[in-house]
Amino acid sequence: MQQIVNFLIRNKNFLLFLLLLSLSLLFTIQSHNYHKSKFVSSTNFLSGGVYGWRYSISSYFNLKQENERLLKENEHLRNLTHLYLKDTLENSRYIDTVSFTSPFTFIKANVYKNDYSKSDNYILINRGEKDGIQPDMAVITDQGIIGIVENTSTNYSRVISILHSESTINAGLQKSNQYGSLVWNGKDPNIVQLETIPRQAVLKKGDTIVTNGRSTIFPKGIGIGTISDYRLDQSQSYYLIDVTLFNDMTNIGFVYAIKSNDAEEIKKLENPNE
Amino acid sequence: MNNNVLLYIGRFIILILVQVFILNHINFLGYLNPFIYIIFILLAPITIRKSVFFLLSFILGLTMDMFGDSGGVHAAACLIIAYTRPVVLRSVFGLSYEFQTVKLNTLGIGERLTYVTLLVFIHHLVLFSLEIFNFSHILLILKKTLFTSLFSIVVIMLILVLFRRKDS
Repeated sequence: MQQIVNFLIRNKNFLLFLLLLSLSLLFTIQSHNYHKSKFVSSTNFLSGGVYGWRYSISSYFNLKQENERLLKENEHLRNLTHLYLKDTLENSRYIDTVSFTSPFTFIKANVYKNDYSKSDNYILINRGEKDGIQPDMAVITDQGIIGIVENTSTNYSRVISILHSESTINAGLQKSNQYGSLVWNGKDPNIVQLETIPRQAVLKKGDTIVTNGRSTIFPKGIGIGTISDYRLDQSQSYYLIDVTLFNDMTNIGFVYAIKSNDAEEIKKLENPNE
Repeated sequence: MNNNVLLYIGRFIILILVQVFILNHINFLGYLNPFIYIIFILLAPITIRKSVFFLLSFILGLTMDMFGDSGGVHAAACLIIAYTRPVVLRSVFGLSYEFQTVKLNTLGIGERLTYVTLLVFIHHLVLFSLEIFNFSHILLILKKTLFTSLFSIVVIMLILVLFRRKDS
């Protein structure tokens, strides 16, 4: 016993080093596991607050650009509402106010931190549980998809960017129903890869890729990007497609988190035992 | 002594803020960001107690991880250079380190450069290996380590020259 204690005292520095090292390796390994990295994240009040402080200064630099984007989106939405308005006037459709809830609710948020140069990138947004953000909600901009909420605190949430080695999102062609999964190879922050599109699909450069609504996370038909290049994979039965994103992932100002109101119902149907 | 502790605390905070606010957003050539916060470890006093030094390095790294959402990669890299620093010091400075007479501020530029290069390279190698965490990407790891190290070393040497303390 005496010897053990002596040993511990003699090597206390080395043991401390080992302890701290294993702790940091634990955090590292956890961060490489999808949906597991809860301990060390930027959603805490210190880093969230510091990033908020930075945002309050840096947001002034892009005001003009952001304004232009908002105007464009407004123009688009205004055109849409007119289309629907005309429709309802002519056919005198009525709105069923009893079941007025739409399947998706949008929550606006500002981006506090955005990475794109690493192989696993995260985005910090300034909305949290307080505003109804929950893990597994989709995050988009007016132009296209951004990622999926992974981790929330009271005031902030962390989003797994589509530029993340573990991120896979269901996506497909706009003009047909074939779909595959969207991944990122870690190279160019403006180009992601679409895998497992069957060979039968008819492709052309410039075709639009959208979300296909098969998961409960993303609504159907949200834009992702256009095909910039495609080739057959090794098995010669699937296409590997390079997709140029609509979003400029290096410059995201504001985003919308999408809450799926039917998600629970759908999940219950799919897994009745839980 | 008190003055020195204040200096180290101030250096700790300023280095983290500069790293998080400015240097993490440089993205030179698309992905190069210099990591200068390890100046804190480079300039820690040689007579510091080992246990305190390990703990401080760990906290420094973990703070960077918190801001960068990178799990524990910075913490691990910082710990490893804190652990290897005595070895590097001994191999670079030889006898004068054994007698603990080395003053980091009064070294010749050559010795300083060797010291900084060795530690920065070890730090970046550990950092990128853990961050990418995939041995099939070993070329990417080496490429990132090499170029980011060069960038970091240049910036760190500039900072060390610019902010040299006159009194020591």
